Amino acid sequence: MLCQCGEREATIHEVVIKAGRKVERHLCEVCARQAGMDVGTPATPVVAKVTVVQGPTCDACGTSISEFRHTGLLGCPACYRRFETQLTPLLERAHEGGTHHVGKVPLRLLQSMSGTPAGESLLGDAVERAARLGLLRQQLEEAVHAEQYERAAMIRDEIAKAADSHSGGPEPKP
Amino acid sequence: MSAGRGGEIPFHEANTEWLRATGQACDVVLSSRVRLARNLAGFPFMPKASRADRRQILDVCRRRVVEIPTQERIAWVDLHTASTEQRTILVERHLISKQHARGKLNSGQGGIEEPRGVAIAQQSEQLAIMVNEEDHLRIQSLRCGLSLTEALKLANEIDDALERSLDYAFDRRFGYLTACPTNVGTGIRFSVMLHLPGLRLRNELEKVKRAAAAMSLAVRGFYGEGSNAVGDLYQISNQTTLGKSEQMLLHELQNEIIPQVIEYERASRRMLVTRGGPVLRDRVHRALGILTHARLLAAEEAMDLLSTLRLGIVLGLVEGVPERIAHALLLLVQPGHLQRATGRPMDQEHRRGARADLVRAALAPYRT
Ligand SMILES: [Zn+2]
Ligand SMILES: [Zn+2]
Repeated sequence: MLCQCGEREATIHEVVIKAGRKVERHLCEVCARQAGMDVGTPATPVVAKVTVVQGPTCDACGTSISEFRHTGLLGCPACYRRFETQLTPLLERAHEGGTHHVGKVPLRLLQSMSGTPAGESLLGDAVERAARLGLLRQQLEEAVHAEQYERAAMIRDEIAKAADSHSGGPEPKP
Repeated sequence: MSAGRGGEIPFHEANTEWLRATGQACDVVLSSRVRLARNLAGFPFMPKASRADRRQILDVCRRRVVEIPTQERIAWVDLHTASTEQRTILVERHLISKQHARGKLNSGQGGIEEPRGVAIAQQSEQLAIMVNEEDHLRIQSLRCGLSLTEALKLANEIDDALERSLDYAFDRRFGYLTACPTNVGTGIRFSVMLHLPGLRLRNELEKVKRAAAAMSLAVRGFYGEGSNAVGDLYQISNQTTLGKSEQMLLHELQNEIIPQVIEYERASRRMLVTRGGPVLRDRVHRALGILTHARLLAAEEAMDLLSTLRLGIVLGLVEGVPERIAHALLLLVQPGHLQRATGRPMDQEHRRGARADLVRAALAPYRT
């Protein structure tokens, strides 16, 4: 392979992965030196594989936070916990302050969790439960304040469910 | 169950659910739609799924989807082998998204040959399940008129049936996990398709859009994200999916917001009739005149004229033309349907001619 100068054989190969995009450079020694690269001992071909990633990366799928910021899409289910810190403010903005799931839960998960030890529950541990309940109580207050009583009643139902879920979750419907 | 893999898509022309013109508040609401976004545990999301992953997801999902006990036949279509015309027709019938037809994610990844498909309740078109769109599974159910409750019921039944044999990616804090965090939590999108010519003619649409935005709702055009509001058709949907239950989101839209928009549109229509009767009558009959006499019609022009005609029919200003004809034409003037009707590929010029011919022929029996 020729170097990008078109004059000499490329002996230094560099792969840079930045924000999920792969950039390859194949250079001769002269050009590599000009580019400020450490070429090592002359006359020995160097294969440099440099991976530059900004911010944290998901171990499971390799998605970096900068890649997510670029595409708006996550790479796998594990990304959510990996990027929890970065996602939280974004989720609050996108979901009217929502940070914790309220609502449907997979039926089989519901069944498998019934009778599990207290502390860990279907809708998370004590901290998560408290956050969810706090959010719902705030919604309830707003609904009552706006005299939206029908909505308030629904939120009260959700509060009951969320408070319930540490003891194995609501009973699955027959 | 038929597995029409890339074969002919068998449609029953009269049964397009969103154009049936019946149901609650159908003078303003064309249809109600519920979409559930789901992903399989143990697989990467679409942006990181290799071709082999996608194939496997498609195989697993197709097998489960066709096993669902439903009252009617479910047809499966492999979109990577379907013809362009078939894909276009599915988009025009609102059974798949434009994005799914192209096989491309919003980030630009993917392409036409990516393994993906859709399952459709063939007779009623009330159900469409997209596999390998932005999420592994997107369960969509559709009802005519204002009927989000019924649509949710069907979507939930399908979801429960699939979950019996599929492991969903679910997190105790985040709920159902989706490729895009704007869908995470319930993964649900309720949307209502509204015909709002009255608000448009009275220049009141901006108010509705502002009010909707203030309530975290999205207002989109006829074909969803980024599309124009052709034919005065708008979709209003929730954007919040995390921190509110399905029931709460449904209630907000169906009981609090949509009724206000409906009343607002009806008031505008009344105002147009009482204060500008002759002007409105003239507008409606000019639309009918063009539709029954034009020799060339562009798709958007035809849609806008049909919208005005529909308004005239609903308000009783046009006699003799059934509403269902106006509705059927809204669909039949679309490029894919038109091409299928004529049975040959056409350039734009020929298409405009064929469109005008089709509309004239359809309305000929009702000319007064
Ligand atoms: Zn060089
Ligand atoms: Zn990941």
